[in-house]
Order: sequence, then C-alpha cells, then structure tokens
Amino acid sequence: MEIVNVKNLKKLYGDFLAVDNISFHINKGEIFGFLGPNGAGKTSTINMLTGLSRPSGSEIHINSIDAVRDIKKVQRIIGIVPDESNLYGEMNGFDNLCFCAALYGMEKKEREKKAKELLNLFNLTEAGNRPFRAYSKGMKRKLTIAAGIIHNPKILFLDEPTTGIDVESARHIRKLILDLKDKGTTIFLTTHYLEEAQRICDRIALIVKGRIVKIGTVNELMESTMQGHIVQLTYQGRMETVQKELKEHFPGCTIKILSNDSSQLINKEPVPLFPLLQLLHNKGVSVYEAKEIKPTLEDVFVEITGLETDRANK
Amino acid sequence: MKTLTAFWNILIKDIRNYYLKPPNISWGIIFPLSWTLMQIIRSTENIDIIQLLPGLMAMSILFGTTSMLAVTITFERRGRSFDRLLLAPVSLSILVLAKICGAVLFGCLNAFVPVIFASFFVSLGGINWGILFTAVFLIALTSTLIGLLIAVSAKEVFEAQTLSNFFRFPMLFLCGLFLPIQQLPAALRPISFCLPLTYGTDLLKGTITGSSIMHSAFSILMLLAFAAGLFLISRRSIQKKWIL
Repeated sequence: MEIVNVKNLKKLYGDFLAVDNISFHINKGEIFGFLGPNGAGKTSTINMLTGLSRPSGSEIHINSIDAVRDIKKVQRIIGIVPDESNLYGEMNGFDNLCFCAALYGMEKKEREKKAKELLNLFNLTEAGNRPFRAYSKGMKRKLTIAAGIIHNPKILFLDEPTTGIDVESARHIRKLILDLKDKGTTIFLTTHYLEEAQRICDRIALIVKGRIVKIGTVNELMESTMQGHIVQLTYQGRMETVQKELKEHFPGCTIKILSNDSSQLINKEPVPLFPLLQLLHNKGVSVYEAKEIKPTLEDVFVEITGLETDRANK
Repeated sequence: MKTLTAFWNILIKDIRNYYLKPPNISWGIIFPLSWTLMQIIRSTENIDIIQLLPGLMAMSILFGTTSMLAVTITFERRGRSFDRLLLAPVSLSILVLAKICGAVLFGCLNAFVPVIFASFFVSLGGINWGILFTAVFLIALTSTLIGLLIAVSAKEVFEAQTLSNFFRFPMLFLCGLFLPIQQLPAALRPISFCLPLTYGTDLLKGTITGSSIMHSAFSILMLLAFAAGLFLISRRSIQKKWIL
C-alpha cells in the first residue's frame, strides 16, 4: 500500500532546475533510500515533501492527504531529521525533546514521559540535563533523531542521518532505524553511504541532476548492471593452457586473467562449480579459492550516476 | 488546544532563551535604561521628568522590542532551529504571533522602567492608566512587527541590529518625541504621519502631559490599522523569503 505518492515533482530556483519532474511512490512500512551525488536534488526533494519549500509544480499525496494544499495536516504525521542538527543550543536535551513534543500539541505529562523514554533509548539519559551545544556530534545526531520521532510519526524523513559521526553511533542509529521499521514506521532516507543503503533499504531511487535515473529494490538495481555471472578463481598453474577447454565446456563464457594466480570466468548462466573445478584439476590447475563476484551498490551507483552525468554533460 | 500548547511553549522558550542574550541586554535593556537615568538625573525640575516620560517610554519599547526580535529570529535562522518551527504543524500566523508575543511582553516591561524611576520624583496621579497601558501595548505591538520585518531581511544578529538602528533613530526624531511635529520642516511632516510611533507617542503624551495633537480614539485606530497591516506584510514576507 502506497503511503507517499509523488507525481512530476519539480523545483526551479530562478533558472536553475533543481528537481526535474520526478515521480515515485513509497510503500507503507518500507525504508526508501534516496541516493545521489552532492547537489543532485535530494534535500530539495525532502524540503518540498515536508513543507520547507514550495514545489514549482507537482502532485504530492502523503497518507492520502494533498501535501501541496494542506501541508500542515501532513506535518502532523511526519517526522523530519535534517542533515544538520537544528535543536536549541541553549536548552538541555530533555527540554529540547519536551519542546519538540509541545509543537505537536502533546500534554506536559505525556511529553515528559516520552522524552525520558527516548533519552534512555538513545543512551542519552546522563546527558539529558546538559545543554545541547555541549553534545558531541554523534549525541547531537541521536537527539535530533529522537526529536524527530517524539510524536510517533507515521513517516520519518531522515536526511543523511549517519554522516560525520563515529562508527559506534552510526551502528546504533542504523539499528534504531531498523527498529522503527519493525514498529511500522515508513522511512525516507537519504545517505552518502552506499553500504548503509544496501544494508537497510527495501527500495532505492538514484537521483542525478534532479532526475531519478533508476528505482527498484537493491537486487533489481544490481541485476540491471550485471553483465553476467562471475566466478573468481585463485589457483596454482597456467590458466592460459586451459582456456580453449573451458570455452568448449561453457559456451559463450569469457575468461579474464587478472594475474598469475587469479582469473575471472564470466558467463551468462550461473557456472556449476564442481565440473569447473574438476576440469581445471584434470588440466593441472589447482584451485584453492573460488567465489562468485556480485556487483555492489557502489558499482551500480558509479555506473548509473557516472553514465547519466556524462550524458547530461554532453 | 494543541495549537495553544504549541503557542505557549514557543513563547516560554523565547522568554527563557533570549531575554538575557547579550545583544538584547545592550540594545534592549542597557541603552534605554542608561538614557532614562541620564535624562532623569539631568532634570532639575519635576516638570521636566513628566515631559520626558512619554519619550523615554516610547524609546524603551522601541529598542526593547526590535532588539528582542533581532535576537530571536536571527539566532534561530542562523542555527536553523527556526526550520523546526516551520516544519511543525502550527500555522504560520500562530507561529508569527507566538514569536512576537515574547517581544511585545519584553517591550511592555521595558516601558515601565522609566515609569518606576519617575515615580520616585514626581506624582503620577493624573495619568489615565487605561490609555497608558493601551498605548504601551500598541506601541510594543507595532514596533515588534517592524522589528520582525527587519529581522526577516537580516542574516546575522549584528546585521539586524544595524538595520534596526537605520529605522529606530530616524523614527525617534520624526515621531514628535523630541521635537513637536508642528516644528518639523514641512517636507518631513507627512513622513511623521506614516510612522506608527507618532500615534503611540501622541497617545502617551496625551495621557501623561495632556498635550496630544490627535484624539486618542483616532490614534488607537491608526495603531490597530498599522498592526494589522504590518502583521500581514510580515507573514507574507516570511512565507516568501523562508519557504522558498
């Protein structure tokens, strides 16, 4: 079931087209990744979806509410965690959370209870009475996320939540994102970390120069750039002498010799390992490692965004 | 109820966080306070203090409110915490009202500093306090809205304060505080009548010294009209400049 539906979203800053007629949807309860190089239009898109910026033209429906006409109604059910922490430096962590809850009309008792729960969840209980400006970057990030979810939003917009923070804090935040998903929260996530997106996103959209160039599940994106099934072999012996036999056994395959003891066999169909290893063994090539090579999301990202950037430049 | 909770908490947060910020202390508290003390000490006859009181009150309100807005808006814009308010399910009108309420209150409190000092030297028995409170509130409201318009255009606190002075000082000299409007050059007089402070000052003068040039009901109506106009312009300006 679609909870966010965007059609022909467009944003012009003067003559500059920041977002160019993009359309996508987000299913209820999924983590939707929005990836793209710097200046691709990710934050502009978030700003338009959350009401911080006016679209130059589009249809946006969030939880069946027309977000272009009635953004204040939408803001009741969404949470926003911007790329830079935007809480109040003068106020302590607890007061910041209580204030954010008050903006959503929560009663005093309820907001204090929720603030304590969140400080505990984010391991910030001890820091709760310290001013926000005295927090480390990781702590600031965590408190900003806590502020974004204090009113139990149905949809959470996270703009680069783990950028610039230490590994432990980033892991903690990723775990919290997955926990939120388990509780049914829909998450719109932008990140620079492709491994992170690959690990936690259900579907991903790649945006380049304001246009969505690819959209799908992680597997769908990877399959779209796969040239074939690749088996990488590490061995002792001379691969050059068995190339002809290999091509006879696996018609259509290509062999790429990487070094004296390493080669790749690329085939359209999956390569059965046992006959391959037996053939090589019979020809005096002793294989001591064989592994299937799959493209990473980074490969997909570089290929797609690289190609698109070149095309746009031309 | 939810809107009221949000409104109240924005107001309380501003009072707690910004009333004692350094730029506010220097321009909003110390400057009017030292000016008041200087004038009161300088006055040798009681009559001078009564004559000076409307001017000192108006000035305290003007500097207090505009400084407060310059601080609350520009600090939050720079730290991006104002975005948090724009992203909250609170209408822009309520948000603007909550932001200006803190400054109006600050201006009203500032206005009574000269009154307290003056009460030690002269009798204030003849004052119509109802009109005085109305005048103080309306001057604070219109000055706050002017401060808001200035703050919307500035990026830094010092920029907002400088820009505020560009309006504050000419307004002080053109509103009839120090020089009666009748004595101003003919070319400047129409400008005086375009300033809300002129009507506020006249109200204060009327109730404190009995020397107003306009009827108090007319001045109140003019101030209300200025407040409504400035509110709409400020709201539109925020929408245009901040929700890009």
